[in-house]
Amino acid sequence: MAKRIDVSGLHVYYGDFLAVEDVSMTIEPRSVTAFIGSSGCGKSTFLRTLNRMHEVNPNARVEGKVMLDDLDIYGPDVDPVAVRREIGMVFQRANPFPTMSIYDNVIAGAKLNNQRLSKREADEIVERSLRGANLWEEVKDRLHKPGAGLSGGQQQRLCIARATAVEPEVLLMDEPCSALDPISTLAIEDLIANLKENYTIVIVTHNMQQAARVSDRTAFFNLAGTGKPGRLIEMGDTNRIFTKPEKKETENYITGRFG
Amino acid sequence: MTTTTTTPSTGSSGDGPRLSSSSLLTGSLPRSFAPLLLAGTAVVVGGALFALGLFHLVSFAVLTAGVYLIAITVASRAVEGGRKAKDRLVTGVVYCCFGLAMAPLISLLWTVLVNGLKRFDGYFLTVSMNGVIPSMDAGGVYHAIVGTLVITGVAALISIPIGLLAAIYLVEYGKGRLKQAITFFVDVMTGIPSIVAGLFVVALWIMIFGPGNTSGLAGAISLSVLMIPVVVRSSEEMLRLVPNELREASYALGVPKWLTIVKVVLPTAIAGITTGIMLALARVIGETAPLILTAGIASTRINANPFEGQMMSLPVFIYQQVRAMGSSGDAGIYAEERAWAAALTLILIVMLLFFAARLISRLFAPKLGR
Repeated sequence: MAKRIDVSGLHVYYGDFLAVEDVSMTIEPRSVTAFIGSSGCGKSTFLRTLNRMHEVNPNARVEGKVMLDDLDIYGPDVDPVAVRREIGMVFQRANPFPTMSIYDNVIAGAKLNNQRLSKREADEIVERSLRGANLWEEVKDRLHKPGAGLSGGQQQRLCIARATAVEPEVLLMDEPCSALDPISTLAIEDLIANLKENYTIVIVTHNMQQAARVSDRTAFFNLAGTGKPGRLIEMGDTNRIFTKPEKKETENYITGRFG
Repeated sequence: MTTTTTTPSTGSSGDGPRLSSSSLLTGSLPRSFAPLLLAGTAVVVGGALFALGLFHLVSFAVLTAGVYLIAITVASRAVEGGRKAKDRLVTGVVYCCFGLAMAPLISLLWTVLVNGLKRFDGYFLTVSMNGVIPSMDAGGVYHAIVGTLVITGVAALISIPIGLLAAIYLVEYGKGRLKQAITFFVDVMTGIPSIVAGLFVVALWIMIFGPGNTSGLAGAISLSVLMIPVVVRSSEEMLRLVPNELREASYALGVPKWLTIVKVVLPTAIAGITTGIMLALARVIGETAPLILTAGIASTRINANPFEGQMMSLPVFIYQQVRAMGSSGDAGIYAEERAWAAALTLILIVMLLFFAARLISRLFAPKLGR
């Protein structure tokens, strides 16, 4: 498991509007890469292009190349559905399926795809994924209760369990803690540290302390101005970005002297 | 509870030496004042009307409401001040409007129940009008129940798939001109008078089978012309209510779009969709005009085959019996009783449908309990 992502010369458009301009980066396997930057600078948009989720919006399109190991995910014969099986995603707002129990939510990836699982396999996947998401102890006695009855932090960990249950190569996280309290945030940060043993993780965050705590490498995005496209300003080891940023803009942002 | 009926404050404190906080205090009427006042008004108005010999339910209700509104406003203004008085007045007006809206409904249900129960029994439900001559104290609606169930059932079978799939197209796939056109024509279809839907099917049938051909299927098709737009509209609204995040969550698990729709979107919206479908059914089950044109009036025959021959239905049965009310002697009375009992049957069928819909919604609704 865990694959490398290589992005080169990626532009993202919404209709005629250029939202993200010319991003090239390498995302290392078995590590955590954080995207930071102000709101609207295109980091979430860029993240969604990594598993072709932006295609949900019919106006969005990309130019450029995204390689998952040696496969171009925008190649002509590539099925976006298959790409998303390899590259999972966790969203800002926890979104467990309201019609399903906790148990069914975890194996939703298989169930929704009409895969047949034996009872034993399903039990195994549910326990492994929930343990992996640090949620097993809290919910093991009520697996067949609705997933929407959990607290916000538990729901988000349930969503992480659901995403890891299909065993993707890469896990994209779009501000997974922004709606959570500090305790739940801590639980999820611990979880991210464990998950990076097996997955390539990309996380978008507004919280610079969080980026410093969880990530190995950090990428800083910024806008040149209103109406201008977002660009990748600088990327490097998290330590270096937060201590000796090369660019003035990065330094301004991380020291809070932004704008 | 500490309710005080103490001194009315002057609201805007004119005199100086008061504490500033006292302007925040106003008197208030005791909690039981409003209902007591209403009861008192009712007694006084009722008594006065009786004394004058003018008592009538409608005039009594209107007068009581009017006098109560004036009394509560004046009393409240004196004790509680202007803002509270307005509040009490508007609360009263809102209740009056609610009563006005409910009055015809309750009156209708009551009338149908009282008149319908005279003849509504097992016999009435299980026999047809076969061999019943007008002056006989006999006959029932069995043939009409069968017809209504078959015709609306077939109409539902036609309309639900078409309507639901159209709604899915509009919400999940449609874009551009085609979507706009469909939305526009669905809106137009919602406004089609039912008799026009009947005429449309008559014309269609004449084109295909020649003149004079009526059948339950023709009736069902005319009803689906009326039902489809309602199903499309209500299902569309319900599908739009499904949060996009659920669709994205499903896509992110590598689930194709069509499976996402079938397994995530539809189950999440199913409760609302069922309610919408039941409303649409309730709308068409009482249609009379298009059925007279297309399914004919099978006065006596029990016909459960929608593909052949005329078919009776409850609304048409009621229409037929009401037409016969003018007959001389007992025949007219029997016809009237049969009409009321058939109306009661129809209302009961609609209520059963709603009950079933509630049950289905309850079973499928998203579960939020802990």
